[in-house]
Amino acid sequence: MKKTRAETDFSHRRITRRAALLGGAQLLFIGGLAARMRFLQVDQADQFRLLAEENRINVRLIPPSRGEVFDRNGLRLAQNAPSYRIVIVREDAGDTDLVLERLSRIIALDEETLERTRLELKRSPSFLPVTIAEDVSWDDISRVSVNAPALPGVTPEVGLSRVYPQGSDFAHVLGYVGPVSDYDLEKITDPEPVLRIPRFQIGKVGVETKLEPMLRGKAGAKRVEVNAAGRVMREIDRREGTPGSDLQLTIDAKLQGYVQARLSEESASAVVIDCDNGDLVACASAPTFDPNLFVRGISVKDYKSLTENKYRPLASKTVQGLYPPGSTFKMMTAMAALEAGLIGPDETVYCPGHLTVSGRRFHCWKRAGHGWVDLQTSLKRSCDVYYYDLAIKIGIEKISAMAKRFGLGIRHDVPMSAVAQGIAPTMDWKATNYGQDWRVGDTVNVSIGQGFMLASPMQLAVMSARIATGRAVEPRLIKSIDGVETPSRGGEDLGLNENNLRKMRRAMNAVVNDRRGTAYGSRIIEDTMRMAGKTGTSQVRNITAAERRAGVIRNEDLPWERRDHALFVSFAPIDKPKYAAAVVVEHGGGGSKAAAPIARDIMLQALYGAAPPLEAYPAKDRERIDLQQEKLRDMQPQASFIGRDQA
Amino acid sequence: MSYLEYAVKTAPTGFRKILHLNWPVAILLASVSGAGFLMLYSVAGGSFSPWAEPQMKRFLMGFVLMLGVAMVPIWFWRSLAGIAYLVTIGLLVAVELFGTVGMGAQRWIDLGFMRLQPSELMKITLVMFLAAYYDWLPAKRTSHPFWVILPVIVIIIPTFLVLRQPDLGTSILLLAAGGGLMFLAGVHWAYFAAVLASAIGLVTTVFKSRGTSWQLIKDYQFRRIDTFLDPSSDPLGAGYHITQSKIALGSGGWTGRGFMQGTQSRLNFLPEKHTDFIFTTLAEEFGFLGGFSLLGLYALIIVFCVWSALMNKDRFSSLLILGIALNFFLFFAVNMSMVMGLAPVVGVPLPLVSYGGSAMLVLMLAFGLMQSAHVHRLR
Repeated sequence: MKKTRAETDFSHRRITRRAALLGGAQLLFIGGLAARMRFLQVDQADQFRLLAEENRINVRLIPPSRGEVFDRNGLRLAQNAPSYRIVIVREDAGDTDLVLERLSRIIALDEETLERTRLELKRSPSFLPVTIAEDVSWDDISRVSVNAPALPGVTPEVGLSRVYPQGSDFAHVLGYVGPVSDYDLEKITDPEPVLRIPRFQIGKVGVETKLEPMLRGKAGAKRVEVNAAGRVMREIDRREGTPGSDLQLTIDAKLQGYVQARLSEESASAVVIDCDNGDLVACASAPTFDPNLFVRGISVKDYKSLTENKYRPLASKTVQGLYPPGSTFKMMTAMAALEAGLIGPDETVYCPGHLTVSGRRFHCWKRAGHGWVDLQTSLKRSCDVYYYDLAIKIGIEKISAMAKRFGLGIRHDVPMSAVAQGIAPTMDWKATNYGQDWRVGDTVNVSIGQGFMLASPMQLAVMSARIATGRAVEPRLIKSIDGVETPSRGGEDLGLNENNLRKMRRAMNAVVNDRRGTAYGSRIIEDTMRMAGKTGTSQVRNITAAERRAGVIRNEDLPWERRDHALFVSFAPIDKPKYAAAVVVEHGGGGSKAAAPIARDIMLQALYGAAPPLEAYPAKDRERIDLQQEKLRDMQPQASFIGRDQA
Repeated sequence: MSYLEYAVKTAPTGFRKILHLNWPVAILLASVSGAGFLMLYSVAGGSFSPWAEPQMKRFLMGFVLMLGVAMVPIWFWRSLAGIAYLVTIGLLVAVELFGTVGMGAQRWIDLGFMRLQPSELMKITLVMFLAAYYDWLPAKRTSHPFWVILPVIVIIIPTFLVLRQPDLGTSILLLAAGGGLMFLAGVHWAYFAAVLASAIGLVTTVFKSRGTSWQLIKDYQFRRIDTFLDPSSDPLGAGYHITQSKIALGSGGWTGRGFMQGTQSRLNFLPEKHTDFIFTTLAEEFGFLGGFSLLGLYALIIVFCVWSALMNKDRFSSLLILGIALNFFLFFAVNMSMVMGLAPVVGVPLPLVSYGGSAMLVLMLAFGLMQSAHVHRLR
């Protein structure tokens, strides 16, 4: 826009006027600040000088003691133990190199530590203490104290550090704590001052981080008198903080230890849930690691051995691992059909070993086919074609809705890290995530728990508990907080037809206890504790047409990471279900061979509350079980860790 | 004023521009920063690490940046005003998005060698854009409601984004700087009276909202206001800061305790003594004379800036310089009010003195623009 001379002058005059006004206001404000400064520094100087002289009183924070964690029987899982460390203050030390050199002659300090200390000393202000060594033995502390005159500026300090007495058994559930990092601080909008205490520990993973606010407590404060050099002369008074809340988990440490040992070095996970109140009595992921290593800062070597392990010991497979549920999903397809009234009382389907759907051939795992099968037989012998047929009739939406009612594809509220939601796919879901239309073939795949369907072991355990009870059982991990019991999570009635549920349970009974069932080898003999279940074997690869022509390759001949996942879901006792369990062995081969025996052993252990008598097992297995039990007893007190130096 | 008119009235060219810089302002900036180095050296217990040395490097970088920006003609910067504003808004939105993806509250973008806070940059680009807007707008229309609503929207968008970070201090500064520029451009009095009235209404509403389901600001922000009104209510938190800050300041007396002799700051009574509360250390060690001198240096910077703006016939240039000066004023006025217990602790650093790279570089960039306007002014 072109401006005229007159307009420019007009606006310039106006700006000048306003600028003079605003500038004047600014100067006035500056004058006000100067007056305030004069008031504080000149008029009231004497008073403040006096206050400053009295201000030999320094307020220091007392870190609150972190809440402890117990198992359901009161066994300590996480506690706070005193730990000693040695610190140095630059301005008191004078020649820090000389002091460090002397110190390294008294106690063992490696070059790496010394180098780090020198660097930190250089970086931080001279009055701030720098930690030289942590977790120092009592011997070393006494040696430093005795030699104090030769070591100016060096002082031993005592603090509390987290210890996990059960070691690796609870690594994935509890997680671990570690010192507050800059990254942690950036995530918090208004960090409490206590977080700025050097080496203050906060939860990093698992329950420790999810329930951090509860566990941390509130910081206290103490007033200490300091001399002119800032050295603490005496403590004047203190206000204790509020310690963090103690937590009790629903997990039974003894059972958890057994499960962890039973899974041993397999890449596997198992969840046992109490059908009555949703208590997670065991929740184990293998292989595991020692969380204590992380508390003090893990060595690069140990960390590498954990991250490079192909069995992924750091992953919390029970909640984080998502697997195609395979045949364990068939109950969902069957329930959807039953509730829709699509299965007649004596209806049978003919299984020729495959079914052709819109030009594509879908195979049953048994190539020769199962012949005529009804609902019970289809589940017992895990016929696939029966479910292909059902799924085409009912459609994906109903199957997906049923799966969600049973807790699949839903993120359960459990205070563990990275709890996965899983996927119970619908047409909309595929359209949003793939931008493609749903195909009948997709439904066929989902009907046997393949394709887009994904579930975590915890979700599968919840599903079994819901089949067993007909109630919307939700997993509960925290039994009580500071002695106050948390509400039971037994859940409301699912509103399903009891007859249909009974059919499911009967069929699952047949899977384990019928001579032709896929899990017959893993049955429980003891009458009052019989188990019902369902095997699952989920493919992780596509079998190509060429492979089919060449004949099916045996799982054992494949490289580990291409083998099938083995799954088993179960509940027991059949008449009055107490526990439901899910076991997933990654790339373990067949569900009946790899997962079901583990589930049976765990279930017996849970029901007996101790090592079960051999009479509970089928006669021909007893000798082998006896040997296995002996071996596990040796392992259990301290299950083996991956990642710990052998030395 | 078109580009052609600029060209006709020849400004100095080449290295002669250096002679035509506003040297008083440059020297004043260096002196204030020098006081900063001295204090950072002192609070580190007589050591250039960890604060004084990096700060000096950043100042040198900033000074070179200022000279570089000053060499480029002001009309080039004016043509960039719109883009600069939009880019900064984009950065604010980017920070906002990163924040929701799970990085937690994040206010900065990592450039590798430094962390850039888009909200810092926004203070400058907002002023630039508003100055360009009023330069373009015929003076007669300044108070027309439609032409008043537009700049209000321009101010509200970044204020809202910064408020969401959440960074209350900076959003208030943005609002004040933007409003100040509209005032300078000559928007009618009545608008400001109306805004003032509704602001009073808003503050009342905010306080009324406390504890209800539609609470408008965060709990910790309420707590800060509480501790401001009654420092003893939170003796370990912000209230402690204010009390200790006043003690340190007051005990300085006329001449202070002497360089590196400040007991209060050295004994760790003072929080964040290398950033927001650095002025208390200065006031304790150099007393009223020291504190007053620093205030004087700041005042002189404002005076020279306003003078330069008034001597400048170009509307964009004078508005830009006044806006930058206003920003600078708000910066130190809020910080000093805070440490003297006249305003709540909102986390605003003392410009050029507090430790921090982002604020320093952005300020020097702003003064680069101011210098460019000064060098290339219409004579």
